[in-house]
Amino acid sequence: MEIFFVLGSPLLGGVLLSLWGHRKFAAELNSLMSVATFAAAAALTVRVISDGPMITPDEQFFVDPLNVFLVALTAFVSMTTSLFSRPYMRIEQAHGKLTDARLRLYHSMYQLFSFTMLLVLLTNNMGILWVALEAATLTTVLLVSLYRTPASLEAAWKYFILCGVGIAQALFGTILLYFASERVLGSGGGALLWTHLQHVAGSLEPTVMSLAFVFLLVGYGTKVGLVPLHNWLPDAHAEGPTPVSAVLSGLLLNVALYALIRCKVLVDGALQTPFAGNLMMGFGLLSVVVAAFFLSRQRDIKRMFAYSSIEHMGLTTFAFGMGGPIASFAGLLHMTVHSLTKSAIFFAAGHAAQKSGTQIMDDIRGLIKVNPTIGWGLMLGTVAILGMPPFGVFASEFLILTSAMRQQPWATPFLLVSLGVAFAAIFSKVQPMVFGDTNAKRLPHPPALVPVFAHLLIVLLLGLYIPPYLADWYRQAAKLIG
Amino acid sequence: MLPLSSQVINLLAAILLLLAFAMLTQRRILSLINLFALQGLTLALSTAVVAWSTGQSHLYWSALVTFALKVVVLPWILHRLIRRLNVKWDVETLLNIPTTMLIGIVLVILAFNLALPISQLAGTITKSTLGIAMASMLLAFLMMITRSKAVPQVIGFLAMENALFFAATSATYGMPMVVELGIALDVLVGMIILGVFFFQIRERFDSLDIRHLEKLKEE
Repeated sequence: MEIFFVLGSPLLGGVLLSLWGHRKFAAELNSLMSVATFAAAAALTVRVISDGPMITPDEQFFVDPLNVFLVALTAFVSMTTSLFSRPYMRIEQAHGKLTDARLRLYHSMYQLFSFTMLLVLLTNNMGILWVALEAATLTTVLLVSLYRTPASLEAAWKYFILCGVGIAQALFGTILLYFASERVLGSGGGALLWTHLQHVAGSLEPTVMSLAFVFLLVGYGTKVGLVPLHNWLPDAHAEGPTPVSAVLSGLLLNVALYALIRCKVLVDGALQTPFAGNLMMGFGLLSVVVAAFFLSRQRDIKRMFAYSSIEHMGLTTFAFGMGGPIASFAGLLHMTVHSLTKSAIFFAAGHAAQKSGTQIMDDIRGLIKVNPTIGWGLMLGTVAILGMPPFGVFASEFLILTSAMRQQPWATPFLLVSLGVAFAAIFSKVQPMVFGDTNAKRLPHPPALVPVFAHLLIVLLLGLYIPPYLADWYRQAAKLIG
Repeated sequence: MLPLSSQVINLLAAILLLLAFAMLTQRRILSLINLFALQGLTLALSTAVVAWSTGQSHLYWSALVTFALKVVVLPWILHRLIRRLNVKWDVETLLNIPTTMLIGIVLVILAFNLALPISQLAGTITKSTLGIAMASMLLAFLMMITRSKAVPQVIGFLAMENALFFAATSATYGMPMVVELGIALDVLVGMIILGVFFFQIRERFDSLDIRHLEKLKEE
């Protein structure tokens, strides 16, 4: 029952806001619908904690330890982002960057985007999973080009075409998956249901499954932003409005990785070799290294943090590729803390850019003097994402590194060097932005940065203490991933 | 001697591949759209023949959806778009046509080799056409890469989706209905969004040449 509320609330929000998205109360309605979604997701989570995994009678939707925490995370970050977007978009409107029609589009698409992501997470059908992930791209294309500047149009076009081609490869992979499963499960609706596939993974045809995984990895990997398929990501993150950058980076990448993990479990079951894991490790490591070295060349603040997202998604993909209980646990934890930290950073960076009237880092200076909240938000977020203790990112990166040393020692130096390079690049750019000299005036009104500190607080708490039920959850999910 | 229905399907598959090559070499946008509609028609026909010869009744529906979407709606939207945008001129390709043809032939050989182990596993009467489906997909991909204007790129994208659909019918008698409907919906919504998007690009650059869209680069 809760599942339908989780999916219904953003869908209803999308419809309502397509009618009223330009009214005065639209931003409040947007927040309200997101809060409702989060409440439903929280109820679902409580129910799953007490009753265990569940599945709807028609078998189309299901909840297990792997997707329930992502549902909760997605609903939570969508909610805080909608709270952040309320004052932020109002200022953008006051600056004359948005018309009524565009605001309506923005609010409606924001809700539909949450809907498609939750659908990806909750659906039991690998075909619907593909459909929903493609729909998630479609809902955000027009959001990336919301400001209609030449650069944002280019970014949106690149995003559409690259992700479209990528996701077409994933469709071919899904067709091959269906082809393999149909021989075991018989044709019809049941052959793409995850809960059925999971049990027969061992008897799926290995040649077909390995070919399918290559296509699925290329397809979903494009959306995860794995190098060399990452070209769309920095552009889309830098040119879209900040709330969209925050949800793209914090949520969509996670959701795409989730799709890839589901496929990996099936392929592992069919092949009984580390083929899928090796591919994921290779792509993951390449992403970490390449993104780390691109970081120092960035001039645009949102672009730089977009590259940092590529780096972190690469690290997570690497962790899942390694496999084993500890590495998968670390991967799940890293997904959670990266999502929270990165969206917090985008909130702070968005306000910093809005205040300075530019996204070029050389022109943003002395945030701590102009507005201490923005300055501290950006600084703490940066320290957290760079993996400083006691934040949660430290815990997950530490776990990933130690299990890499044990399982894949050859990869450790690459990871360490990349993390070091990333640290130097990001910190040396953020430090003058926050503490540098400036003669800009103090902001007349304080920005609403409660979401930033709420996210960072959770990340801090996760670094200090992981509640037993959460740890238990991660362990169960990690066991599922293998 | 193959049964008649298999022969018909093989014939339609061959036409599909021929159309993919024709699209690769076609310079005029209007003819490109017509070729795309023709490809959709071939696809709908072959799906219907598969449905008739195997008694898979849900394939009739997907043939119907294919016909409605790819022969009627999408070409209509595209025709309207190019009329409104007034972009009937010849398409420039980034590579000259003989070179593209040669690359295309190499891709077809590659696709047949790649599909061989899978089609041997398939129990469907249409298994020999899987190689053609894969070849059409790669050709559509090649078309997307070699065109510099936005509309032909999109037609390339749609042709790729056609090829994927053909792969689904030839390897597995089609995906489950709910998935197929979802895919059709995505394609339709994607097309509408692109329509909106074309106008935005035009409004901003006075042209649909996507070479204007190459400013965002790493310095």
